[in-house]
Amino acid sequence: MKNVIATSYTARVNAAHFRLWKRRNPILGKLDFELTERCNNDCIQCCINLPETDAAARQRELTTDEVKGILVEAASLGALSVRFTGGEPLLRDDFSDLYLFARRLGLRVLLFTNARLLTPELVKLFVHIPPLEKIEVTVYGMRRESYEAVSRVKGSFEQFQSGINLLIEAGISFVVKGAFLPPNRREVDDFETWASNIPAMDKPPIYSMFFDFRSRRDSPTKNRLIQSLRVPPEEGIALLRRPGQAYLKDMRQFCSKFMGPPGELLFTCGAGYAPCVDAYGALQPCLLLRHPDTRYNLRAGSLIEALTEFFPRLRQTRAKNPNYLARCTRCFLMGLCEQCPAKSWAEHGNLDTPVEYFCKVAHTEALNLGLLKEGEFGWEVKDWKERVERICQ
Amino acid sequence: MSISGNAVYTVSEDVVAREIEGEIIIVPLVAGIGDLEDELYTLNETGKAIWDRLDGRRRLCEVIDDLSAQYQAAPGEIQADVLGLVTELVKRRMLVAVEPS
Repeated sequence: MKNVIATSYTARVNAAHFRLWKRRNPILGKLDFELTERCNNDCIQCCINLPETDAAARQRELTTDEVKGILVEAASLGALSVRFTGGEPLLRDDFSDLYLFARRLGLRVLLFTNARLLTPELVKLFVHIPPLEKIEVTVYGMRRESYEAVSRVKGSFEQFQSGINLLIEAGISFVVKGAFLPPNRREVDDFETWASNIPAMDKPPIYSMFFDFRSRRDSPTKNRLIQSLRVPPEEGIALLRRPGQAYLKDMRQFCSKFMGPPGELLFTCGAGYAPCVDAYGALQPCLLLRHPDTRYNLRAGSLIEALTEFFPRLRQTRAKNPNYLARCTRCFLMGLCEQCPAKSWAEHGNLDTPVEYFCKVAHTEALNLGLLKEGEFGWEVKDWKERVERICQ
Repeated sequence: MSISGNAVYTVSEDVVAREIEGEIIIVPLVAGIGDLEDELYTLNETGKAIWDRLDGRRRLCEVIDDLSAQYQAAPGEIQADVLGLVTELVKRRMLVAVEPS
């Protein structure tokens, strides 16, 4: 035997940062699970939520046994973590049961929640059987007026505060994220000061602000509202740059790895490697993409078939739209751009139409970083490699 | 802590042990197993060979005999490895002793 009388036979590893696998990676590393599309908030910018009381949606949701069956298969394929999201996942009556089941399968659980439905009993469960991932709570405002102007539910701010207090008192590790919206735009300093006192916040909070259209394409009215709430690109980039040099350092590192024209293959983002099960059993390549041709019905199939046959075929899809071919396929800013099939689907109903808003955001960011000059377009630049090298030095 | 060769050990209910792509991954279930909450544990090659034989039925002396038949090692080395691993995992609350059947 090797390592005779070794001083330690175990190695502690941080699963998020350590390569566990000496041979090949497992078929599935992690899984997103949208337990419900229903939400107890009615946020003005949300791209997915349905009313909490939507009986038809509830009726269609996966049963407890169906969710457990998918979790069992995910674990058997090697998944180490599952993200429970929604809608508001805590709306499901069987949440504690599903959480315990996932943990007993040896899965780490990442919970996305608005914290309103956290109870002393649930927090006690998290203390005894920790999720092994920091809980992520989205914050819609620092005051009742601003929070409830976003959530559009009376009493939601108090419930959010109560949930946060339960987490703090129990010493549960959680982080907060912001949604940068007109009702709370003047509260950024207050939010960041408050967030900096949360023990698990080891860096400034992130914000959602470049909002997506409804991913089920179910409401032109809501899409118009979302469009009106999108932050102007210059203002959004200014918010991202608040951490100063730290932000620039991160961006330079990012640019050194992820810039360059993507070519004609539409899925250059790893779609389907960390897929998402929606509330009704469709497996999507990611949280957002709900185009019917990109979804696999798990109620009539299996994770392994989706991962080894369906998604590999999907990843061979090529762009056809002349506008996309002329611009996006040749644009070296793709690393900075949120353009992807999911955004194209939500905005235009197909997979390969440029989304002008995200294009403008990427070009504004590139201008700020010195990658572009005023009036240039990313797809016109020939010396992009030199430019990226120059800013990364 | 003294470990007897007649003792039988099995995986603690405080952890979940998984074998994925040939690696043993030990995932804490209850609080207090790891120092940090997002830590998992893996076993080295020696640890894995021993772990595979800790089935809640075999005595440690039988595990040692089985390993000695399969691996060439100097006398005492395998015994030291088995007792070393068991001591470490019991301290970490990953293994528990069970009554021999």
